[in-house]
Amino acid sequence: MSHTGSKILNLNLQIWRQAGPDQPGALKAYQLSGISTDMSFLEMLDILNEQLIAKGEEPVAFDHDCREGICGTCGVMINGQAHGPDNATTTCQLHMRRFNDGDTIVIEPWRAKAFPVVRDLVVNRSAFDRIIQSGGYVSVNTGGAPDANAIPVAGHKQQEAMAAAACIGCGACVASCKNASAMLFVSAKVSHLASLPQGQTERSKRVVSMVATMDKEQFGNCTNTGECEAACPAGIKLTNIAQLNREYMKAVLFSGE
Amino acid sequence: MTQVSETPLDGRCPTGDIATRWDRHKFDLKLVAPHNKRKNTIIVVGTGLAGGSAAASLAELGYNVLSFCIQDSPRRAHSIAAQGGINAAKNYTNDGDSVRRLFYDTVKGGEWRARESNVYRLATLSTSIIDQCVAQGVPFAREYGGSLANRSFGGAQVSRTFYCAGQTGQQLLIGAYQAMMRQVHAGRIKVFARREMLDVVVVDGVARGIVTRDLVTGKFETFSGDAVVLCTGGYGNAYYLSTMAKTCNVTAAWRAHKRGAYFANPCYTQIHPTCIPVSGTHQSKLTLMSESLRNDGRVWVSKTKGDTRSPDQIPEDERDYYLERRYPSYGNLAPRDISSRAAKERCDAGFGVGPSGLSVYLDFAAAIKRDGEDVVRGKYGNLFHMYEKITAENPYKVPMRIYPAVHYTMGGLWVDYNLQSNLPGLYVLGEANFSDHGANRLGASALMQGLADGYFVIPYTVGDHIATKKLKPVSTEAPEFGEALTTAKSRVESILKVNGKRSVEQFHRALGHIMWDNVGMGRNEKGLIKAIDSIKQLREEFWSDVKVLGSGETLNQNLEHAGRVADFLEFSELLARDALHRDESCGGHFREEHQTSEGECQRDDDNFAYAAAWEFKGIGGDSVLHKEPLTFSDCPLGTRSYK
Repeated sequence: MSHTGSKILNLNLQIWRQAGPDQPGALKAYQLSGISTDMSFLEMLDILNEQLIAKGEEPVAFDHDCREGICGTCGVMINGQAHGPDNATTTCQLHMRRFNDGDTIVIEPWRAKAFPVVRDLVVNRSAFDRIIQSGGYVSVNTGGAPDANAIPVAGHKQQEAMAAAACIGCGACVASCKNASAMLFVSAKVSHLASLPQGQTERSKRVVSMVATMDKEQFGNCTNTGECEAACPAGIKLTNIAQLNREYMKAVLFSGE
Repeated sequence: MTQVSETPLDGRCPTGDIATRWDRHKFDLKLVAPHNKRKNTIIVVGTGLAGGSAAASLAELGYNVLSFCIQDSPRRAHSIAAQGGINAAKNYTNDGDSVRRLFYDTVKGGEWRARESNVYRLATLSTSIIDQCVAQGVPFAREYGGSLANRSFGGAQVSRTFYCAGQTGQQLLIGAYQAMMRQVHAGRIKVFARREMLDVVVVDGVARGIVTRDLVTGKFETFSGDAVVLCTGGYGNAYYLSTMAKTCNVTAAWRAHKRGAYFANPCYTQIHPTCIPVSGTHQSKLTLMSESLRNDGRVWVSKTKGDTRSPDQIPEDERDYYLERRYPSYGNLAPRDISSRAAKERCDAGFGVGPSGLSVYLDFAAAIKRDGEDVVRGKYGNLFHMYEKITAENPYKVPMRIYPAVHYTMGGLWVDYNLQSNLPGLYVLGEANFSDHGANRLGASALMQGLADGYFVIPYTVGDHIATKKLKPVSTEAPEFGEALTTAKSRVESILKVNGKRSVEQFHRALGHIMWDNVGMGRNEKGLIKAIDSIKQLREEFWSDVKVLGSGETLNQNLEHAGRVADFLEFSELLARDALHRDESCGGHFREEHQTSEGECQRDDDNFAYAAAWEFKGIGGDSVLHKEPLTFSDCPLGTRSYK
């Protein structure tokens, strides 16, 4: 029972294996046959892992959870592209119909100083949490909020905020950037909160503090090559980085932050 | 024979006027003074909407909060995948909504198997949730004039659902996560990511701590505190295929149950009508297509059995819009349990569509013709994109194909009105508890419950526990911690020792088949007895034949999965036993022996108007049943009709 036009693929996989953070890693070759084009990319890895377990080899560790493209847990480099060849698509939503019989697929973890490898394809992205901790919020305690309709928000401003807030925090922007810059991630949060009336009070403080944390976490600088936008599964636009720069300049020049 | 406790279980609800119960109760709860709160530590397990909002709110009050999650960041908890929206009785649309109507719809939607007091409180708090989230910067959809927009969800005739495109859960969770991160920055929350809770530690009859395993290093750790708050979600992955994230599991709840917490109504599982159908044996999970789509999508099959024509070749008068036919007042927005059964009925009768015959159409042609493709894209663009990614079919051109899938679990650990389990000091919030949805949850109510519990209930009730119990400090050196630690360790070690031939995945899939075939949308005595036997047998095979490679001292995802499957193999038997004992049909629990001539649920209020809370008495043993009688004064028992 399959979709019309599904085919069977035989693949040559090259997968990064690394036993732990301080261990050396290397690409290892695996032959995989009988993969249906209806499978998702992660289901293909599931099949590989089942075969490895049967042979007595430890399965490939990779992060994943919702498998619906929203939690931001999954993400690997596929033939050098973060989340693989499809636009606006996470690794879990990439399907094998995008590949051809006999293809070689190279699978590697995110590469960035700020994202150390934990094991195989799993990396540590807690630096993103620390960036948010430094100001990616509106400081409001539970209770005492005014009626939700008390402050109108124009439809187009809400849409701007929503488009930026759609970031899933997967780290593809960092992984695809030659400088391992986190500017797209940081700019998405700065833009989201700067577009809404609720985010105004801390607007200047927020941007200065988040940029400082980004630098401290050893993410690189942005040189506007736009790889991040091309790789982003949530469609976060490069214009957010322009807004981040504008917000930052305004804050350091005029707000006294 | 089920052993039944003679003493009825007391939910400790306030009495009197239902509209003022929560207010009066809040006044009766004891307070902890601000300067004393910082001396108390609260352990919160899970960082979804319930756990995230609880951790942030408790830290804002001044408590020390220890927050645990199995994901690499609190922002990834499965609440993030909720798509369609969150209900609130704001009545912004002036269409007749009120707290009482939301309360009424929810009790009726749950087929009179939820606690009235809890549901009324939930409906009351719903409005504050929207205010709170807007204040945090959650970008809810707006009208052009800047006021908040609403849409409709199943089981309601008003538009009370607030939404952020098709990513409402994501935006609400990020709001709670950001509130948490602010408290991390303030030093009041300490986050422990990639930690799995493996036991609750009970000292002198009170929950005082937990045992965890660090999933990266394999290290076991113990933590002590003044209260333990479980927000660890539902158990839908007992069915293997579900819309739940892959790591969703029952382990935390099940281990708490083994320490004495009652597990209530496990047989109440929600099978959601609109999911992308299974495409092959490789399938690893199912994907929901939001219920909000039924605002504009029409569900149909051909009037001809086994019709192989493509949908565009089937003329209008040869189509059976079966939900509109059977439920004219609610039409395509009939509640989930009813819509799911109606789809199953058509497919079982041979009218199903698609290569497997196990799907029905969800068609947007009428909406696209009426409003244009751009309007439909604006409302559901991300869902249509997701559908096309998975199926390689363009839903703007051809109708979606959908089929029901396991989506949510109404059952969970038993809690009283304070959300405290029968184990003092152990609180259970969100999907992990059993309290508010009865036998069926209405759409857009899960987000509402998770956030009500975390933002607005637990901050009050946990204080009462701390203020009245006057707990002595407890150290993790206490013997109870050592015993729990040893138990947790030896379970992991014994899994590694089996060294059999079958993979964890194989066992999990096998369990899923048993559950879906016998404890799914239709259940009967014979099938349930068979399921119980099959689960027992599979469990024995697991412990003699499971193969888990590697060690417990590194990141070992296969070992994590094995631990969770081992618990599902114990828990699923209880689920099936509960389904067998509940000899009536209600909501998501459809016993084929009890249906009306039109195939609707036939309840038995005389014998089953109670919550069934099970006390653990050994694995596969005869659990003791505690009944909490349910009485209905403000939403009298009635027939649940959507016709």
